[in-house]
Amino acid sequence: MQLGDIAHLRTGDKGDISQISVIAYDSADFELLVREVTVARVLRHLAGLTVNSAHRYELPAIGALNFVLEGALSGGVTRSLALDAHGKTLGAQLLDLPLGGEDGR
Amino acid sequence: MTGQRTIRIGAGAGFAGDRIEPAVELVEKGELDFLVFECLAERTIALAQNERRSNPSAGFDPMLLERMRRVLPVACARGVRIVTNAGAANPLGAAEAVAALARELGLSSLKIAAVLGDDVLDVVTATPLPLIDRAGTTADLAAIVSANAYLGAGPIAEGLAQGADVVITGRVGDPALFVGPLVHAFGWSLDDPSLIGRATIIGHLLECAGQLTGGYFADAGRKTVPGLARLGFPLAEVKSDASAVFTKVAGSGGHLSLAACKEQLLYEILDPSAYYQADVIADLRTVRLHEEAPDRVAFSGGGGGPRPETLKVSIGYDDGFIGEGQISYAGPGALPRAELAIEVVRERLAMIGVPLDDARFDLMGIDAVDRTGRGQPPREVRARVCVRTATAELARRVGAEVEALYTNGPFGGGGVTRSVRPVVAVASALIPADAVSPRVVIVEV
Repeated sequence: MQLGDIAHLRTGDKGDISQISVIAYDSADFELLVREVTVARVLRHLAGLTVNSAHRYELPAIGALNFVLEGALSGGVTRSLALDAHGKTLGAQLLDLPLGGEDGR
Repeated sequence: MTGQRTIRIGAGAGFAGDRIEPAVELVEKGELDFLVFECLAERTIALAQNERRSNPSAGFDPMLLERMRRVLPVACARGVRIVTNAGAANPLGAAEAVAALARELGLSSLKIAAVLGDDVLDVVTATPLPLIDRAGTTADLAAIVSANAYLGAGPIAEGLAQGADVVITGRVGDPALFVGPLVHAFGWSLDDPSLIGRATIIGHLLECAGQLTGGYFADAGRKTVPGLARLGFPLAEVKSDASAVFTKVAGSGGHLSLAACKEQLLYEILDPSAYYQADVIADLRTVRLHEEAPDRVAFSGGGGGPRPETLKVSIGYDDGFIGEGQISYAGPGALPRAELAIEVVRERLAMIGVPLDDARFDLMGIDAVDRTGRGQPPREVRARVCVRTATAELARRVGAEVEALYTNGPFGGGGVTRSVRPVVAVASALIPADAVSPRVVIVEV
């Protein structure tokens, strides 16, 4: 099973911070997200991403997690030389994050 | 709860370049009280300041007049009042231009309010402020071109209270564009953090317009959006307790789903318990969303704490130039040839003295945006070289070296593009709220 099978995502940015929400299609899967979609696994999946610090917020009322990845955007959209300066594609790259211990977490 | 009125407020644009047709549809068929155009991205205002310097009557969003030309006659006929931040670096100039347009369209008895006071360049140049997104103070930024504080809903509500049919602002918090009309319509106190917190969340949900109705949502095989090409924009039916139903015009494309609302609720939010705005620190954790019918999502809950004592300030400054060049390789071996091309350009730029301490060498299709390291060798790849430089001439050399790959690089390169652009960068600081004095000027037609 992959993350995209049970959750949808949207990516936003604030300065040099990338923000990725992970939202369960079915709120019953929220606990699974909490258990499996950890900061460590997100950062391991996005292995080429450099961040200064990362934090995960839990929103049980809507069955969602909110990841805040500081320093992820090469200085932020107004200074970055990156092709995707907003980091808008980052959430989509998490769709194939393996769930169910498939990558031997 | 007796006599709860409902105010209908629509989102006519989620960014400066947004489509106009959905706004026309909203104003014609949405039975709106208010229509909001959010048109001001982070660095837009700095670019607009540059324009204003060369032409004092410019400096507002160039698409404002086209939007107004399409929407204003219908809005006037139906009593829909318009709020927009498209004033950018020149809200008063924008108000005067809209007044001239209104006269041209034969409209009369119109009041257009300009919200001023977000421009705090004088304050920032007089007293350096610590930066919040990096070390140092505003004094460390060479060549500051603009400094604008994020104003709250107060002056927008005041403009409406003075009878404005159109309110044009510069920099305000995006949700304030929606909170202002609601405060005016319901007579709420800006000192009521729970009401203003909920209204701010309503504004936050609407501020990206089409992102609530299925824009930026469709994903082949996973998430379907009907009629995406005819995407309609959202409106909220808001009650005086700041509960709301989000919906859209019947027959418009897209859909207003619970899933899209959840995505938008968290969009660009950091700590969900503390969403900082000028009027309130909103709390999203207790928001309840419920799909009560197709294309109707009910919102309740949410809250907030007292307003911060500081306002965020966006500071625009000149930050050199970016030179860029791209070239494509295709067929078997495309990737190693592109890698060779990158190596060659890197070496040549170093030889001619282009500093490479702030440079990127991307293989588009491999590692330009993918951060998983899971890409497979493709049959086509585009090499990209991008360097920040101090002068336009150095930036020009970057694209020139990529172009030179045609006759001086690996086999089979094609489709070179090159560019040089000046960089207006943005830094953020906090300013004491009492150092900022918003005011409203009315232009009458």
